[in-house]
Parts: sequence; structure tokens; C-alpha cells
Amino acid sequence: MSDAHAHSIAFVRMETLPESPPPARQTGMPKWLRDNLFSGWANTLLTLVGIWAIYTILSGVLPWILNGVWNASSLTECREILAGQTGACFAVLKDRWHQLLFGFQYPSELYWRPILAFFMMLVAIAPVLFFDLPRKLLIFTALFPFIAYYLIWGGPLATPLVALAGCAAAYVVFDRYGKESFAAGFLGGVAVALVVWIIGGIVVGMVASETPWMTAVPSRDLGGFMLNMMLGVTCVSLSIPLGIVLALGRQSDMPLIKGICVVFIEFIRGVPLITLLFVASVMLAYFFPPDSTVDLFLRVVIMITMFSSAYIAEVIRGGLAALPKGQYEAADSLGLDYPQAMRLIILPQALKISIPGIVNVAVGLFKDTTLVSVISMFDLIGMIRGPILASTEWNGVYWELLGFAACLFFVVCYGISQYSQWLERRLATDHR
Amino acid sequence: MANAPQLQVSDEIAIEISKMNKWYGTFHVLRDIDLTVYRGERIVIAGPSGSGKSTLIRCINRLEEHQQGRIMVDGTELSSDLKNIDKIRSEVGMVFQHFNLFPHLTILENCTLAPIWVRKTPKREAEETAMHFLEKVKIPEQANKYPGQLSGGQQQRVAIARSLCMKPRIMLFDEPTSALDPEMIKEVLDTMVSLAEEGMTMICVTHEMGFARQVANRVIFMDQGQIVEQNEPEEFFNNPKSPRTQLFLSQILGH
Repeated sequence: MSDAHAHSIAFVRMETLPESPPPARQTGMPKWLRDNLFSGWANTLLTLVGIWAIYTILSGVLPWILNGVWNASSLTECREILAGQTGACFAVLKDRWHQLLFGFQYPSELYWRPILAFFMMLVAIAPVLFFDLPRKLLIFTALFPFIAYYLIWGGPLATPLVALAGCAAAYVVFDRYGKESFAAGFLGGVAVALVVWIIGGIVVGMVASETPWMTAVPSRDLGGFMLNMMLGVTCVSLSIPLGIVLALGRQSDMPLIKGICVVFIEFIRGVPLITLLFVASVMLAYFFPPDSTVDLFLRVVIMITMFSSAYIAEVIRGGLAALPKGQYEAADSLGLDYPQAMRLIILPQALKISIPGIVNVAVGLFKDTTLVSVISMFDLIGMIRGPILASTEWNGVYWELLGFAACLFFVVCYGISQYSQWLERRLATDHR
Repeated sequence: MANAPQLQVSDEIAIEISKMNKWYGTFHVLRDIDLTVYRGERIVIAGPSGSGKSTLIRCINRLEEHQQGRIMVDGTELSSDLKNIDKIRSEVGMVFQHFNLFPHLTILENCTLAPIWVRKTPKREAEETAMHFLEKVKIPEQANKYPGQLSGGQQQRVAIARSLCMKPRIMLFDEPTSALDPEMIKEVLDTMVSLAEEGMTMICVTHEMGFARQVANRVIFMDQGQIVEQNEPEEFFNNPKSPRTQLFLSQILGH
């Protein structure tokens, strides 16, 4: 009888079982502590060691920071105030604040210009970073490079205006002819821009006049963290588009374009950045006409941009390779042409995949801008190693200065990293 | 000979393939394909895997390049001229096995993208058309979701709507139900049946023999890169001539 029941397999459930709450378990702090810190003798030991390590570090560092001296005119004076106690000498930051930010040659009555440019930069990059903002703001972003140039370098207003006019003319030509043939539009645009710049250059040379509060500041007078920011922002914003072009070029069916891109990427990646910077500072002059004086800042920007665009190109190539072939086929089968398919379908997805890699390169690039101190440009590190540490007042204040430099770079790099994580979440639409 | 003109089929030629050959490396995938498709025809291509049926329809919109022979679509010859290729592609809709929706765009954006950029339709008009076709495939309420939030069957119906938004004159289906769960196959097939009833010229690679019987006016059987047999569905299923077809049908209808 019971056997018959045991072997019966017919079963019908007539109603759904009611939902029931999960089993009651201990919750709260004690449970968290036990689960995470004291779950066994080994973990308990590690927890205690960890607490001891944190205590040791903090007990060394905290008094040094909290006991720091902010008002003194030299290291000797700092030591007198401290009278043998532990304590940092932050007075150096206060004393040399402007040098750390702007270098030691930028005219101090003109500091408002780079500061204004900095705040305008924040406005200019906002619509690029946060695409929920009104698209009209991008007009300001497009104008910003010219405004920033005028603010930082000063000189006659006509110079940035001619540069802007050249770019505008190129855009008009490209917009007019680029639709029928990309190459015609592109080459036409470049040609028109060059003509405008050459004619404009002659005109500017004749009528050049500068207003007193817009005195020209030569590139060699730029310095401090301002120089790092300028190099970082310029090179990142130039190397991303260039990297995209190189990545697409490397995938091209046309052997010549593909070849050029492969050789460029492989060559640049195979050379240390320091070497390229020395080339920029010493040897690049040989490649320009004998009497032309191409600005050192521009030469450095070219080299760093080339360097990082090669890396970004490889990151984006990875993103392109990760896209399923079906996406290309679907775009093709709808009749989209190559530029449309790339712009609307392929690149948005490939770039999204590449965000962590691109940010990695961007953060690395930003920190690498300190390498220009090696070719005697006085960026933040150059200022610290040179004029500040070499001065009689502050000789020997390493921790405070380099710690400050580390903090500045950390804040910017951590900001970039946080932004990229926000961007990844914002763009996550595939719900995988 | 075999394809007696049917009621809805006109005698206007939509696609004409003559003596078409294609190789992958040295492997001869398509051999001497001759096929004329009249406007309004519903053709089902069947055959074992690797027989070249997908490759054949992918040649029609040049996702694959043929090396010999001639393909005329709507009176335009497929050559390496990019302008011609884009023109033909915008007239020929294609539905893929794996849907290939654009995951970074909403359903509505998926449907309006090509009309806006290729046909230069104003955005508003493109959206109205898109909603019309989304209603036709019975998922207008999903218009603002992303493809990843939809089931496979829904995604495939969106893919069909996306193709229809270009108002194509010919639709190609590349195993549209092969990646779907059994429950979802029917909803996609229903959509395709209603499309066929409206007189769309369709070429469909599929293993759904019920669909072939119900909708097709011609069934083509391919094996080893050649067209082995073609006939009206009744004749094809009840009275297959070639032993290869007989074997194939006994295998897929056998259980």
C-alpha cells in the first residue's frame, strides 16, 4: 500500500504556494563584525595586525600634519617655531603658492588671465562630459581654445581671430563639399584654412597692436601646475579624435592608409616618451624651415599627443574588435554608408567599451606631463625640483612639496576616474 | 517550369541571379546559381546546414561578395560600386538570426535611424512611421525601452519593424526563428505571415516547414551550394523528386 504511494508519479498542484519571508537571521553591526572581521582565528589575527598597522601609520603622520607650521619665511624659521617637535613646514606652500601654480616667470599682475581661463575651461568641458546639458553650450566649447589662447598668451587679439577664421572657413568648406566626397571636403577644408592663416598672418604682422592688460607672455614663462593642466587638457582632447582616426585607419581595407597607421602606432609605441620629448626640445627644429621658430609648448604638445594617440588607438581597436560582426552587418543592410555606420552605430558602442582603457591612458598622460621638467620646462615638478628646492630658504623641504604635488595630481586623476565610472553607468543600456 | 504564376505574383522581375558562383578561399560555396524572383513571391529556401542558403541571400544585399555571374536587384546590377550597393541595401530589408538590434539605441531610435539618415525623412515623420510598424508587429508599448530589456521574440519583431521602416520592396529573412525559444517562434512567424499577406516580396531561409507550406509560393531546396529542387510547396512536400530532398524531408519531418 505504502509502496504504491511511493511509486506514484502523478502530481497536480492546484494553487500557488504563498510567498513567505526569508528566515529570520541576526542582522546589524555585531553580525557584520563577526562575518567580516572575526570569522575565524586567522581572520581575527589579520584584523588585529591591520588595526596595528593603521595605528602605527596614523600616529606618525597625524602629529606631523596637525602640528604643521603655516607661517614662516624659511625652513630655519620653521624649525625654530617647532623647537624639536615633529611637524610639517607647510609655510613653503603658502610662501611659494603662486610659483607652484603659475611658475616663477608669469607676470603676477596677469594671474587673473589663466585663472579666468581655468574657470572658462570648466564651463567649456561641461557639455562634453555631461551630455544632458543643452547642446548649444558646445558653441562655447568650440570657441574656448581661441579664448584660452588669447587669455594665457595674450598678444594681439587678431592672432586667435585669424586662427578662428581659418577653422571656421575650413568647417564651412567641409560642410559644403564633405557630403558628396569626404576627401574633397577634407582636403578643401585644409587648403582653405592654410590660405586664411597665411594671409591672416601677414595682415596680423602689419597691424599688430596689443592692449596693456593683454601683454604677450612667451611660452617659456609658463609654468607650475598651470602648465601641467594646459598640456594635459590640450593633449587629451587632441589625442582622442586622433586615436579614433588611427584605430579606424588601422582597420581600413585600403593598404596605404592601413600601412601608415600601423607604422605610426607601432613606431610611437616602441619609443619612450622621454625620447620623444628630447626630440621635441632639441631635434624637431630640424624638421621645420630654418628661420621658423615653432613654439616649444607646441612642439611638446605635438609629441605628447602623438604618443598618447597611439595608445588610445590601440584601446579603441580593442573596442572595435569586441563588437559583434552583426552590428556592422545590420548597419550595412540598412543602407548606412561608412561614415554614418561608424558615427551612429559602431563608434558609440566601441567607445563605450573602451572608456576604462581611454581613461587609463588619459590619467597616465596627465601624470606624464611632469616629464617636461626633464627638458627644463618649469611645470609643477620642475618648479619644486628647481627654483624652490634650490632656494636658500626652502632647501630640504621634500615631503611637504612633493606631497602637495601628489595631492594635486590625485585630486584631478581621481576626479577623472570617478567621472568615467559615472559615464559607464550612465551608458549601460544593454542590461547584460 | 515549376513555378506556375500564382494569383498575387506579378510577372515583374524583382531579383534576377544568373550563373552566380562564390568561393571562400578555394571552397566553392555557391555553384551556378540561377534564380529569378518575381515581385510578390514568397520563397522559402531550405537545406541542410552548410548548403549555402544563408550565403545566397547575403549575396543579394552584398553582405557577401560573389565572384562570378550577375545579380540584378530591382533592375540595378550589384557591382563593387558603393553607391549602387547602398541604394540596393536601402531597398532590400534584412532580418538576421541574431536580430542585430543596436543595443545603445531605444527601440524607437532603432527604427527611425535609417529613415532619418539614409532617406532623410524628417524626425517626426520617421517616428510616426516607426510607431505604425511597431503597432503592426504588436509592440508599440516597448518603443522607449532598450533592446536588452526585450525577449528574443520581441527583439526579432522589432528587427522586422526596423527593416519595414525603410519601406523596402524586398525582404530577406536569414533563419529568423532559429535563435528563439519555441514559445516565441509563433509570434515572429505570425508577423511574417501577415507581411506575406500584404504582398511583400520575401525570401526566407528557414527550417519552419509549417510556415513554408502556409505562406510560400515556391520552396527551394539547396545542397552543397546548388539549387537541387524547387517547386510549389504542396508538390515539394508531398512529392519530392530528388533523393537528396526526400532524405532531407524525411529527417526534418520524421519525428
